Amino acid sequence: MQPDGTRHWRRTKHLMWVMFTLWLFFSFIIHMFVYQLNSIVIFGFPLGFYMAAQGSLIAFVVMLFTFARLQDNIDRQEGFAEE
Amino acid sequence: MESAAANKADGDFISNLGRIYTLYTGGFFAFVIVLAILEQLGVPNEYIGYGFVFLTIAVYAVIGVISRTAEVGEYYVAGRRVPAVYNGMATGADWMSGASFVGMAGTLFLLGYDGLAFVLGWTGGYVLVAILIAPFLRKFGAFTVPDFFAERYGGNFARLLAVIVLVCCSFTYVTAQIYATGIIASRFLGMDFTIAVYVGLVGILLCSMLGGMKAVTWTQVAQYIVLIVAYLLPVVILSTQKYGIPLPQLTYGQAIQEIGLLEQSMVTNGLADPATLKPHVKPFTTYDPLNFFALIFCLMIGTASLPHILMRYFTTPSVREARKSVAWSLFFIFLLYFTAPAYAAFAKLEVYSDVVGRPISDIREWLFNYGAIGLIKVCGVDAVNLEAVKAACSNIAGHPGVLRLQDLVIDPDVIVLSTPEIAGLPYVIAGLVAAGGLAAALSTADGLLLAIANALSHDIYYKMFDKNAPTFRRLVVARVLLVLVAVAAAYTASTKPADILSMVAWAFSLAAAGIFPALVLGIWWKRANTMGAVLGMIIGFGFCAYYLVGTRYFAPGFYETWSFLSNATPAQIAKFAELQAACAVDAAQCAAFDKHAQTIANWWGVRNISAALFGLPLGFLTIWIVSLLTAAPSQKIQDMVDATRQAAGDTIIKDKDAILPPG
Repeated sequence: MQPDGTRHWRRTKHLMWVMFTLWLFFSFIIHMFVYQLNSIVIFGFPLGFYMAAQGSLIAFVVMLFTFARLQDNIDRQEGFAEE
Repeated sequence: MESAAANKADGDFISNLGRIYTLYTGGFFAFVIVLAILEQLGVPNEYIGYGFVFLTIAVYAVIGVISRTAEVGEYYVAGRRVPAVYNGMATGADWMSGASFVGMAGTLFLLGYDGLAFVLGWTGGYVLVAILIAPFLRKFGAFTVPDFFAERYGGNFARLLAVIVLVCCSFTYVTAQIYATGIIASRFLGMDFTIAVYVGLVGILLCSMLGGMKAVTWTQVAQYIVLIVAYLLPVVILSTQKYGIPLPQLTYGQAIQEIGLLEQSMVTNGLADPATLKPHVKPFTTYDPLNFFALIFCLMIGTASLPHILMRYFTTPSVREARKSVAWSLFFIFLLYFTAPAYAAFAKLEVYSDVVGRPISDIREWLFNYGAIGLIKVCGVDAVNLEAVKAACSNIAGHPGVLRLQDLVIDPDVIVLSTPEIAGLPYVIAGLVAAGGLAAALSTADGLLLAIANALSHDIYYKMFDKNAPTFRRLVVARVLLVLVAVAAAYTASTKPADILSMVAWAFSLAAAGIFPALVLGIWWKRANTMGAVLGMIIGFGFCAYYLVGTRYFAPGFYETWSFLSNATPAQIAKFAELQAACAVDAAQCAAFDKHAQTIANWWGVRNISAALFGLPLGFLTIWIVSLLTAAPSQKIQDMVDATRQAAGDTIIKDKDAILPPG
């Protein structure tokens, strides 16, 4: 298969936007609901507080390992991976 | 021949990294145990403290000296041989500053929920680094961040602008780090502050001068191990003591519940003033929502723009490793940041349950240790000893004779430093914390220093003045500049310039507004051209700097110019006029006037720390509009952008002196 730069870039962009949206969600949007989330308490943590102190951070870490794997798949499938 | 032998030795080193650093970590634990035994045998605390500080610095220095190099590629990008996991650790140490280590938990202690803006802001930015920037810069093959600007945006003017932004945001930051080493050493070892600053300087230079990026990388890995052990150990022990589970990040939920109950009972018992008590989990008690989210935003974008972080990803063997490395970086950083709120909660529980509410005559002893160095005030005076505190409290009309929350003022730095004492742990743990704090400050200083000095030696000297400089001369110039910058930063730090945290905070907004738009659009928008990028950098950075400096140092003038955008209330406006009149008559009143003006010199109430909220969109907008109004970049540049976007293939920039591994 001939490597197709356009398709590779389209898929790369798509993945970027998915990650970007998740980033927006865990950085800002979820914390806008802190009052509502705080009414739920898990292990003593009000959920709104927990999301800012740990939840979003865990999400970021998981997102980045997933991103590295998915982008690598795209590179391989489209023939742009490093040997 | 000699360099081939060196390369082989390096190859052995790289393939044995796991064993070497496991041995190192084991050795470090053994060292802690030996010091603990010595303490039990009656060796004075002072010597234990010195043992920690000097031995750890000596180890870093040895690593720095072993990693010396005579090759340009090794000096600037560690030969691009650093595996993802180790680069992640090095980035963690590079990133977490003395202030993060010592002050973060204290900030959370004081601000409660609102302080979490820092925790979020200093982690989430790595998502942007990974998805928008780092892998592409690695493919580009730059030595420094300004290299990219020069190549993408038509040469040395863009390079110069990038260097200016880089130096502006990194120099204040490195000064703050050297200041932090001085503070830590003077507090723990009773060293004179100025001497401590220069001891820190020597430590930094030994790590970075001979081996550049290569040496800094391997010392930063060693420093990360020390700092994370030092950060986690006290709070893990505390959690086990209190709740029987060595996972403070989980158990502090219970502490939060207890804090909530204590907050209520303190108010009903008259031990806390409901007007000033900030409930720990209640949002927006310090920042309004606009400022809370603006702060998160600016810190995140700033993270993704700071050159000393971005350049770490130039050192990985491949684009793929660069991506993985960002993930590892964030993981290692996360370990500290998700523990910081646990520190804050445990310390708060201790203060609310066992410090507040005691009779003044029976006040907790450990307060005096920190009162003596000006970090804890009781009833308005430094809590030097019991007599001073008693006298001060009895001077307060209607004081009930028991310590109330409002009587107590705690410096944020106390929280991490005092946790070992609160938990009743031996001094050796306190010494460990000091070593961790030093590791955090030194490693960040190393990275920043290298970013500045490399920009000056590679971008200014080599690329702009002496393109034919031989390898030897390039490396000599790089080292001389490194020493000069380091000495300048140490000297500045020794003069104890303004508030350390505010200086660091400025760096984020400056980097975000000056670098981020041109960097991201340079990769993601082929149409971005030189004119757009140059103007975007000048306007974004200039605007941000104007807001920072204007609201802080020229507050009355800034307010008068922009009063229609300020969020000042009628009462504040009246007070402004009143103080202004007072200042005109009596110069002694002008300080109060300026201080008040700073609270209302703003646009829509946005705090000065979030200045990039204005500079950043303006930078993007300028690049977009100007680029569209002027000619598209040449086909050559556009092809280069295409190549940047694909992991496979050679790097874009090739340096004649760089001896780098194939592939």
